[in-house]
Amino acid sequence: MPKRNDIRKVLVIGSGPIVIGQAVEFDYSGTQATKALREEGVEVVLLNSNPATVMTDPEFAHRTYIEPITVEVAERIIAQERPDSVLPTMGGQTALNLAKALAEQGILEKYGVKLIGASLEAINKAEDRLLFKQAMERIGVALPKSGYATTMEQALALTEEIGFPAIIRPSFTLGGTGGGIAYNREEYEAICRSGLKASPTSTILIEESVLGWKEYELEVVRDSADNVIIVCSIENLDPMGVHTGDSITVAPAQTLTDREYQRLREASMRIIREIGVDTGGSNIQFGVNPRDGRIVVIEMNPRVSRSSALASKATGYPIAKVAAKLALGYTLDELRNDITRDTPASFEPTLDYVVVKVPRFNFEKFPHANRTLSTSMRAVGEVMAIGRTFREAYLKAMRSMESGRTGLESPELPEDKDERRKVLRDHVRVPRPERPGYLVQAFREGMTVEEVHELSSIDPWFLRHIQALVHEAKRIQEFGKLEKVPDEVLRAAKADGFADRYLAQLLGCTEADVRARRHEKGIRPVFKRVDTCAAEFEAYTPYLYSTYEEEDEAPPTPRQKVLILGSGPIRIGQGIEFDYCCVHAAFALREAGYETVMVNCNPETVSTDYDTSDRLYFEPLTIEDVLEVSQREKPVGAIVQFGGQTPLRLSVPLEKAGLPILGTPPDAIDRAEDRERFAQLIEKLGLTQPENGVARSHEEAYRVADRIGYPVMVRPSYVLGGRAMEVVYDQQSLERYMREAVSASPEHPVLIDRFLKDATEVDLDLVADKTGAVLVGGVLEHVEEAGVHSGDAACTLPPHSLSPDLVERMKDQAIALAKELGVVGLMNVQFAIQGKTIYVLEVNPRASRTVPFISKATGMPLAKIASLCMVGKTLAELGATQEPEFRHVAVKESVFPFARFAGVDVILGPEMKSTGEVMGIADDYASAFAKSQQAAGVKLPRSGKVFISVKNDDKPAVVDLARRLRSLGFQIVTTGGTHDYLATKGLETQKVLKVQEGRPHIVDKIVDGQIVLVINTTFGKQEIADSFSIRRESLMHSVPYYTTVQAARMAVGALEALLRKEQTVRPLQDYLARK
Amino acid sequence: MKRAVLALADGTTFEGRALGASGETVGEVVFNTSMTGYQEILTDPSYVGQIVTMAYPEMGNVGANPGDQESVKPHAVGMIVRNSSEQASNWRSQETLDVYLKRHGIVGIEGIDTRRLVRHVRTHGAQMGVISTEDHSPAALVERAREARGMEGLDLATGVSTQESYLFTTPSPNLLGEVPRPAPELRFDVVAYDYGLKRSMLHFLVDVGCRVKVVPAGTTAEAVLAEKPHGIFLANGPGDPAAVKGADKVVAGLLGKVPVFGICLGHQILALALGGRTYKMKFGHRGANQPVKDLTTGKVEITSQNHGFAVDDASVKGKAVVSHINLNDGTVEGLSIPDARAFSVQYHPEASPGPHDARYLFSRFAKLMAGE
Repeated sequence: MPKRNDIRKVLVIGSGPIVIGQAVEFDYSGTQATKALREEGVEVVLLNSNPATVMTDPEFAHRTYIEPITVEVAERIIAQERPDSVLPTMGGQTALNLAKALAEQGILEKYGVKLIGASLEAINKAEDRLLFKQAMERIGVALPKSGYATTMEQALALTEEIGFPAIIRPSFTLGGTGGGIAYNREEYEAICRSGLKASPTSTILIEESVLGWKEYELEVVRDSADNVIIVCSIENLDPMGVHTGDSITVAPAQTLTDREYQRLREASMRIIREIGVDTGGSNIQFGVNPRDGRIVVIEMNPRVSRSSALASKATGYPIAKVAAKLALGYTLDELRNDITRDTPASFEPTLDYVVVKVPRFNFEKFPHANRTLSTSMRAVGEVMAIGRTFREAYLKAMRSMESGRTGLESPELPEDKDERRKVLRDHVRVPRPERPGYLVQAFREGMTVEEVHELSSIDPWFLRHIQALVHEAKRIQEFGKLEKVPDEVLRAAKADGFADRYLAQLLGCTEADVRARRHEKGIRPVFKRVDTCAAEFEAYTPYLYSTYEEEDEAPPTPRQKVLILGSGPIRIGQGIEFDYCCVHAAFALREAGYETVMVNCNPETVSTDYDTSDRLYFEPLTIEDVLEVSQREKPVGAIVQFGGQTPLRLSVPLEKAGLPILGTPPDAIDRAEDRERFAQLIEKLGLTQPENGVARSHEEAYRVADRIGYPVMVRPSYVLGGRAMEVVYDQQSLERYMREAVSASPEHPVLIDRFLKDATEVDLDLVADKTGAVLVGGVLEHVEEAGVHSGDAACTLPPHSLSPDLVERMKDQAIALAKELGVVGLMNVQFAIQGKTIYVLEVNPRASRTVPFISKATGMPLAKIASLCMVGKTLAELGATQEPEFRHVAVKESVFPFARFAGVDVILGPEMKSTGEVMGIADDYASAFAKSQQAAGVKLPRSGKVFISVKNDDKPAVVDLARRLRSLGFQIVTTGGTHDYLATKGLETQKVLKVQEGRPHIVDKIVDGQIVLVINTTFGKQEIADSFSIRRESLMHSVPYYTTVQAARMAVGALEALLRKEQTVRPLQDYLARK
Repeated sequence: MKRAVLALADGTTFEGRALGASGETVGEVVFNTSMTGYQEILTDPSYVGQIVTMAYPEMGNVGANPGDQESVKPHAVGMIVRNSSEQASNWRSQETLDVYLKRHGIVGIEGIDTRRLVRHVRTHGAQMGVISTEDHSPAALVERAREARGMEGLDLATGVSTQESYLFTTPSPNLLGEVPRPAPELRFDVVAYDYGLKRSMLHFLVDVGCRVKVVPAGTTAEAVLAEKPHGIFLANGPGDPAAVKGADKVVAGLLGKVPVFGICLGHQILALALGGRTYKMKFGHRGANQPVKDLTTGKVEITSQNHGFAVDDASVKGKAVVSHINLNDGTVEGLSIPDARAFSVQYHPEASPGPHDARYLFSRFAKLMAGE
């Protein structure tokens, strides 16, 4: 069936900010979809609030709305743009929920817009657990025993039938927020309660536990002619009970006979047909009882997903792209397989390698959270590795994690024998992020595959391989010295995925020694292609992975090439922004005539799409793996400054190994990062930095702090995202910090800075070329005061409170720094302004988190310009000498994962906690801030009671806020101190009890839904602890809260804008054309 | 760990580890891209005389079990894998792949760059090869591979066919604890020519109501027609269809008199019976992901395939309608002769291993016999 001619203008809905459970994979799918639609001559209107995405680049869609993903906004866009169709299957749960609301509220009908990809009926059938259950019963596909509850009474009644353990899943939430596994009545009641709250329809599903069953996922694609194919099967190493996003997963399925696999395949086909997904991709999850093969279907997502991104990368089959074309009416046999060119897309990819995905967690950021993995996803990112065997892929994935481990190291355990055994067994039994290390240790300490299987329920097939790796490591270690290891043993170890670094550990030598020995003996990897067809047809796409075998099938070309190192797994502090920069480098350099060679191991990203760069090496970002690529490709140089800390850490060893580093020399990076050299730099340029010192011992730390004066900001050197960064107020706290948070040593000093109280923080990004010319891209003023991590702060472009003179002075300082460092490429400077003094906090001669935001807001593609500068172009040649001018205002707001980590405080500090960002763009600050809040999921109230309780320093500032809120019609509720202070200013407010003052207190009122907005600032350990429940309950009950007075001030402005002004939406292209 | 060497007739050699039985084996080296179902593949009689390379590297993961046999024993003469699992993990498994191969005397090799081998066969075509666990001299083994007789012109089907006729009335077994189905009412008497058939085909025929009499490949048309069957089934089988002694004549004698359904070799023989031609493909189709388009409905089926010969479409022009084509290379995948109430497919609707998208063809055969 050829393309439908009734689809000419399509609204594509993105997934919004990066959050746990909905991450970069939707930039990948959205980018593919917009590209595919454009290719077909369709006009694309895009709605996505996330400025850090590639898909929101103005050249991807015709009309790009970086606006809140809400029904009101979508309706305005539809009224303005009059698309004929909406494609809701590319933007995760967010897009699906929006489409559902648009359909149910009659908005689609009103404007004559149709849903393509998935109908409302299909969405409801797949998403509503009851409808899904009925659908499965109709086609004879079994589900675990289950029932629905909309009240606690119903939930309690269900335990009779289902028993414990029971799984609780709230309807219509993403990544299973609010759900969990209950082993007893007490847990059951708690989880049911939170699940009922989390579900927008107050509905929970309670299910029979299939804990310990094997878990599988199938990625299914269907076209309008009812052709159905399975793109990939995925087997979870972690059995049922752990969210698939938190599981180690393997493709293809490993432990099913053909008979069993075909049964899952047929069930998948029946399901996609019954649910009625007309065109596009779906993901279906199954549980299989390992004792008798009984299968149950767990759930179905009628859209592309994290797993479909993984499946696309694992097979080379671009599900999102194909799904977008199928939505236009094409059938599978009318589409080509890009990789083989001559064969159609209507086939099932077959693999001749093994793919392993490992999730990446950030629990260290939330030390009070329970680390047990369950049905609510907590991973923030993932890596994927490809090998010719499971062992090779598994160990490659482990070393891709950048956890400092390579997969077979022993974890720490108590010395005492009984205690040790107890702890070990506990870690094998209970799924936690670090379980893989304990599986290794279990075998090292002599446990059998049967014992480990008994405890963990992990399939013996996987365990047997892990055990074999442990035994192999032992045999190698017994050789004692590298020289004594026979060549064939070394080769076999490399083929099994052993990292050079781990072999060096086993043999007491350096990684370089192992590498030298390998190279001397010709033990080098070969590179094979991911080709969708197990070599049956010739592949044209150089999508490559390494392995230790005989034939290398992708010799490098003689072209001039640039190596771009990606950013590895997403984690807090190193997010999508860096992938965006790498993708831009690839686009710009390809256009400039270079062959672009990408190395990355993150399956979610646009950078690992096979057509983003000319050659894609899906490899770990370790010195070993990158050197093997660079030594064969012999690029003119490597770009290491775009991928965040991951490639930056490799720059010095890579340069030493002879790989030219493009742009800013590694030494300049060191000058900026090394505190002592940095101090010299600041002094040389006559600039100011906060008083500071370096401590290599406890005593030194106390001396430095005394000299500077408390409060001080402390942190370990070379950290990411402010890891373990804290403001300490007295020596006692500093002692605790030195004892618990870090281990200071001569190699790992602790940095101590004076904490700048009441200072304003600023981010400035610039590009410099080889002539020393500098282009300032933008100056961002933070909303929150200095002390809140720049990645967590809201900020405005241009600055909202700084004088033009100050801004000019900062620009001059940044330019001087760039020139002095010899920066070629991107540089970010963080300033703090206290009074009239400008302090230089940090200089990062590399891509920063704010680059995509600034590029979106100004239309100046900084990363592209920078990458061209890095290969020798000048800003003058590129016509990029004028700082961008614009008439609008852009506000960046951060989005946090607090709701997923029970017991965690939402208060902001110097350690970064946010996972993603949104942009609000408008003609004034208040409207832009309002949009940024709505985009971040904050439901700003129109009327009701506002609760204010602030620390003493902030009391003068809230007087004005309280007056303005009152004149907007809000009532003000306060606790003791704030109440009395406001009273002295002539403001009578309604007094409410603090939690420790008796009941009903403020938290009761929050839980009760009586409060619509919370302004709560605190200072000091005790006060923070006392007010914890106010913030936590506000979060859990979706009451907007502000924990700094600066943000509260912006929020009040936003409320004024919302209540007094008509809100408008405008595409980025129009904003940028106005300048 | 025992060494083994694989040598191809064109002089290419691979060194690896012994898998399965010790000794030496000679056969045509082919590859299969299916990721599951190695036991079904090994026991498919179509692999007689062939050494099968599995493109997916992890093999033996689920061991071997009696339920997944497609015939009484493996017919492939050798097996080539990247890695065979020392541990079989599946609730139905009774032994590891290695033990299974040893028990059946099948010589294999593992630990070689199977992707290189697959690419080599793809580029240079299927050819004779030798695996030896005893003689590690590549030159001598290459020599033996060169001397070995190829598949063309070899009547392998008659060799693997049953010697005696027998009746088959067992429906598909419930091996995975499925909900038991009612026993089918056996409404049709079907004669199945055994050119090397797979057990699943018979089960599926019974499932749609056939009482199947399996007869040796050489059975005459007269003998069969004397029994007044409702339909004739032409099974799959190994090797060159043109070499199956007298088969084309027999089928020509049946065509038009009774409904006919052919699969794989049976499909090729049907084409020969019409006066068509078959040819040897460069490396054949062996896998579980081949896209086939039904030209009458426009629908695409993902099919299981295993063949090294194909029907020349020009040769059947005017004699039969090409009903199905392979979307990868356009080769003939199905023929239909409406006047003669006969149809055939090159691929395997019984799958085993592979997708079951085309299982409806068995029902189509039943409908044809019922005159619907």
